[in-house]
Amino acid sequence: MDGVRTPFGRAGSLYAETRADDMVVKVFRELLRRNPSLPADRIDDVAVAATTQMGDQGMTIGRSAGLLAGLPQSVPGYSVDRMCAGAMTAVTTLSAGIMAGAYDVVLAGGVENMSKHPMGEGMDPNPRFLADRIVDMEALSMGATAENLHDRFPQLTKERADAFALGSQRKTAHAYEQGWIQPDLVPVAVRSAEQGWGYVTVDEAPRPTTTLEGLSALKTPFRPHGRVTAGNSSGLNDGATAALLASEPVADELGLSKRMRMVGFAFAGVAPEVMGVGPVPSTEKALKRAGLTIDDIDMFEVNEAFAVQVLAFLDHFGIADDDPRVNPMGGAIAVGHPLASSGIRLMSYLARDFERTPEARYGITTMCIGLGMGGTVIWENLNHAGSNA
Amino acid sequence: MSADATRPEEVVTHARVRVVDLPYDAGRLALITIDNDRDHTRPSTFGPGFIASMGAALDEVAAMPDLAGVAVTGKPFIFAVGADLSAVGSVTDPGQIKPFVKSGHDVLRRFGEMDIPTFAFVNGAAMGGGLELALHCDYRTISSGAAAISFPEVFLGLIPGWGGAYLLPNLIGPADALQVIVANALQQNKQLKAKDAVRLHIMDVMLEPADFLEESLKWAARVIDGSIVVDRPAVDRDSWDAIVDIAHGMVDSRLHGCTPAPYVALDLVRAARTATRDEGFDAEDDALTSLIMGDDLRASLYSFDLVQRRAKKPVGVPDKSLALPVRKVGIVGAGLMASQLALLFAKRLEVPVVMTDLDAERVDKGLAYVRDDIEGQVAKGRLSRDKGNRLIGLVTGDVDKASFADADFVIEAVFENLDVKKAVFAELEGIVPPTCVLATNTSSLSVTDMAADLEHPERVVGFHFFNPVAMMPLLEIARAERTDDATLATAFAVGRKLKKSCVLVKDAPAFVVNRLLTRFLGEVTRAVDEGTPFDVADRALEPLGLPMPPFALLELVGPAVAFHVSETMVAAYPDRFYASDNMRRVVEAGKRAIFVKVEDGTSAVDPEVAALFVQGDAPLTEEQVRERALLALADETRRMLDEGVVAEAQDIDLCMILGAGWPFWLGGITPYLDRSGAAERATGQRFLAPGVASVPA
Repeated sequence: MDGVRTPFGRAGSLYAETRADDMVVKVFRELLRRNPSLPADRIDDVAVAATTQMGDQGMTIGRSAGLLAGLPQSVPGYSVDRMCAGAMTAVTTLSAGIMAGAYDVVLAGGVENMSKHPMGEGMDPNPRFLADRIVDMEALSMGATAENLHDRFPQLTKERADAFALGSQRKTAHAYEQGWIQPDLVPVAVRSAEQGWGYVTVDEAPRPTTTLEGLSALKTPFRPHGRVTAGNSSGLNDGATAALLASEPVADELGLSKRMRMVGFAFAGVAPEVMGVGPVPSTEKALKRAGLTIDDIDMFEVNEAFAVQVLAFLDHFGIADDDPRVNPMGGAIAVGHPLASSGIRLMSYLARDFERTPEARYGITTMCIGLGMGGTVIWENLNHAGSNA
Repeated sequence: MSADATRPEEVVTHARVRVVDLPYDAGRLALITIDNDRDHTRPSTFGPGFIASMGAALDEVAAMPDLAGVAVTGKPFIFAVGADLSAVGSVTDPGQIKPFVKSGHDVLRRFGEMDIPTFAFVNGAAMGGGLELALHCDYRTISSGAAAISFPEVFLGLIPGWGGAYLLPNLIGPADALQVIVANALQQNKQLKAKDAVRLHIMDVMLEPADFLEESLKWAARVIDGSIVVDRPAVDRDSWDAIVDIAHGMVDSRLHGCTPAPYVALDLVRAARTATRDEGFDAEDDALTSLIMGDDLRASLYSFDLVQRRAKKPVGVPDKSLALPVRKVGIVGAGLMASQLALLFAKRLEVPVVMTDLDAERVDKGLAYVRDDIEGQVAKGRLSRDKGNRLIGLVTGDVDKASFADADFVIEAVFENLDVKKAVFAELEGIVPPTCVLATNTSSLSVTDMAADLEHPERVVGFHFFNPVAMMPLLEIARAERTDDATLATAFAVGRKLKKSCVLVKDAPAFVVNRLLTRFLGEVTRAVDEGTPFDVADRALEPLGLPMPPFALLELVGPAVAFHVSETMVAAYPDRFYASDNMRRVVEAGKRAIFVKVEDGTSAVDPEVAALFVQGDAPLTEEQVRERALLALADETRRMLDEGVVAEAQDIDLCMILGAGWPFWLGGITPYLDRSGAAERATGQRFLAPGVASVPA
């Protein structure tokens, strides 16, 4: 139905003193304000994703943030974790409930305040991972898995990755200029003990002045003379997202504006040390279940954890690196990737893509997931003439 | 307070500026945060350091090009609570205070004199100077979570002198302004809730706390772009003086000119109708300076400190680690006092409470009182149904004291007779565990005597509440001769949990409050007995501004109780306490008051009471009655200090403020006895050194 997010910040910066649960509260409340015809007590369930479920991201944040946001006490909530695909999983799980007839209207969210919760905080990997060779220890460093992906697909060069990254920055800058991104941003008042209150209205991470020369000069922190740099990866970020989903008859009953329809979804596993290839099998599985082929898909929102991982996906399906159907508003390399929140950002981007492109009928949102997984959701554009909306 | 820009002891509230982009393309706004870098338990205050910091922040803002507006907000949960008064008590020279007062004015008024709109986003408590800062702004939003909005100045003996007395009546009219500035302040510093502040148009809009600042910025953007027009009702200027006259009459009928601040506030509000900003603010500067140089304010600040600090940290109390846990409470008696105690213990301690009395009928009556009170609170929504059920379930009754067998704390509230109470304690000793504290709510009997024949006298302690128990904040805890530290520590721990302000007193007749009130009422009654007309005696204390005249106090206490206490005191100190034969007849006739309402609404002496009184032929004037009463108070207070009834004069003052409701501007009583000279006339010495609760010489 609708999706919003906070502007994404760089970890350790704007949101460094802002609680993750408060960030969720802001997006929940704005979403309800944007949909005034929805009585809050009609929300059947709330799921919020966070990768590190500790402190302000713990305490069953789907419930606690709902209470903090002023949702009626009768509205329940729970937490979800599938690392980077947390919010995507919140959406698919809740939607499955709608499809099963258990829910009419649901609220999904995702948050990651990586300022407060750096990746791997409190991680305690089972020694059997190593001893029994279940998981290559490199699988626990996402940057290392991206380097591994370059190894697996030698045609995915650093130059292609940098070029894709530059495109992401340029597309993001263009989308900002066109005012495509701003409508779904929820500005957040943030406190800094040293500076006082501030107000975050735009994404902090994009670097519109990026050049290829600049990108080529960046260090490769994961390997000496490697290929993965801060420039062709998403950063460490803070942000929260939220989306409203409803069954079609109830959306009509409540007069909610319908934007896209979930056609189907799938998750799939791959070798953890090349987790970036995950979207390939998840997309194939989702297409197959939906009775569609890749040729039916007119719009792609692929999470840009790493440029190489997007390229691996595009190469597999024979799509050009600069295909205009792919991430037309840019992606995580520019705006950032606050882990568990990104799945919903992809969906609200796709909804805007659909709005601008009524001739596109189907689109997918897809992302790679730590420990070797991919997730894909197929959506139908309700602006499309054939959508029966 | 020194006139230096900063003082080492000031917890400086800083003003920090960030420029933010407003929504709806409404432009850039300078957002000023005021924050003293402590958590909400230490609210932001305004001292010289703040004034310098805010001045610098505003200079910074003035240099910024192309701003669409300026806004000011606070740290989490607090906007600001006004001037830092911590050093006012030591100022000896008005030349020191005036520059500080004026510098605050000069900075705050800039919010009202910019050529771009200014906003206060009142995110939390706003009192005094904090509220004035908000009033200087053009527009105000308030969080529905803001805990307290007020001008406490008049309560403290000041006036809202950083713009409040001029701006508020011009914003909301004199009637509501005087309600906030004077009436609420005099009503135990009553606070406004956020919705009250909006209803009175002090605040323009109320927003929810969850995204208060975000929504405030949106609202400000809408005001700036013109899509929201703030509509405030016009102030009625025609009836202005008449309204101030009415308020003046109401203040006067209660205070009789006893303290200056409310009157100064009335004058400023009256003048605000026609004064220019400069005239209004200058008048505030002068008024504030002269009040700060007055003894009433110094006594008020002393009182405020007693209530805020000494009441929370009682002097001479054994370490709290000695306190024993209290998991069940027994109450001997089920009368009105006992029932009030049962309610209070159940509510605050949340442990089982058992009431006992001689027969089932009395026990049932006590339980019914408790149940009715709780049900009433549930019906009014003050307690949840579940909580009500819990409390009702905690209070039980029995005719058999055996139900005290596992109690940790038993308090008796039976008839005020030493033999009866001794018998109760003796019986209890055979039932309760050896460490169970035995407390007595006696108001005048000797706790030491009550414990004398017990096997464990060390566990007996005086625990003297004031009526009505739920309302009155004072608890006199009396240490008897053999009371041990563990018992005393337990008594104080229980008192604290009951949310009472506890003062340690020695076991002496009538402790502190009743002793002073009885001595003082005795002098007034003696004057009437000697031939002074009732109304002359009743008016004699008006210049002190006590909460009620002597005979109204007598009526509140009840002539029978008052007379009983006076007899006890006469037995203890026959040379100076007084039990009037006239009063004995009044009590025996069952009269409950001296004055009665007559048809035209005024009061007159009840003719039946007058008929009972046999008066002498030596009438005194009001001045003479007052002098006698003051000398008696000074004499008795000095004796109590010499006897060691309390540790210091401060404890007596705290008791009179909290137990008798005596006003801040008297400082309880000893600052007034000092400054009126009564202390030296009666005892040849002061109670407090000059400067402690007065302007230093």
